[in-house]
Amino acid sequence: MIEEKHGLTPYKWIDNYADYLYNFTISRVNNSDLAKDLVQETFLAGLKSAKNFQGKATERTWLVSILKRKIIDHYRKINSKKGQAEVRMDFYDDGENKGSWLEEHVPQNWDNASEKQIENEELRNQLEVCINKLPEKYAMVFRMKTVQEFETEEICKELGITSSNLWVMIHRARTQLRKCMEDNWFNN
Amino acid sequence: MFRNLKITCDQATTICDKNQYREASTKDKIRLCLHLIVCRICVKYSKQNTTLSNLYKGHSQYCKDVKHCLTTKDKEDLKALLEKNKE
Repeated sequence: MIEEKHGLTPYKWIDNYADYLYNFTISRVNNSDLAKDLVQETFLAGLKSAKNFQGKATERTWLVSILKRKIIDHYRKINSKKGQAEVRMDFYDDGENKGSWLEEHVPQNWDNASEKQIENEELRNQLEVCINKLPEKYAMVFRMKTVQEFETEEICKELGITSSNLWVMIHRARTQLRKCMEDNWFNN
Repeated sequence: MFRNLKITCDQATTICDKNQYREASTKDKIRLCLHLIVCRICVKYSKQNTTLSNLYKGHSQYCKDVKHCLTTKDKEDLKALLEKNKE
């Protein structure tokens, strides 16, 4: 029996850790079906590698470390989809105007910004719509940094990226989000 | 010396974004300030960025307060799957 040999209790995993792992996953991937799949894969991988459990960490910590690897695998998968990663930038990317604002993307005036700032469900929904329009990897990094407020170092470690990589993604995500909110909320 | 401090709008907005999380370096903050003196568009971006950061903060608090759980059926399915794979 696995539990006798390694101190693991797989028959209690679902009751004890399923919700914790699901919550952990959804805060990173924000997709309920994907989160369920990753949690399921984690438990199955846990069963498979039970013989490697040395009891140095708690059962939950050990399962979380397996889940983190699953999340990295998912991130690498979406990161390798090059077509999805392409974004319409707000700046000239060559010529003498390189790095300056593209005329059509220059920020517009938000005359009604203060009255539109009211916290309500409609605003949250619009924000979610805009975040969901981002390429998946940008949305994932943006959520981890801005919504879940993880430390930069933690995100880089979890996703295996450099901090400059992270800031480029945050910048692109915020630039696109700003445009989306401008078009659909502030100037709507 | 000043040539090193000159940045493009793309770089300025990147620093501006980083600064929203209070993670821009002192050198970057100086470069951003100098850029904002000469670029009205980036000044507007910077102001709007602060407005958006406040919105994101409110959204963040809302999201953190929501606890996600699996349904009983999801858990039963998972238990059955684990049982099957234990054998």
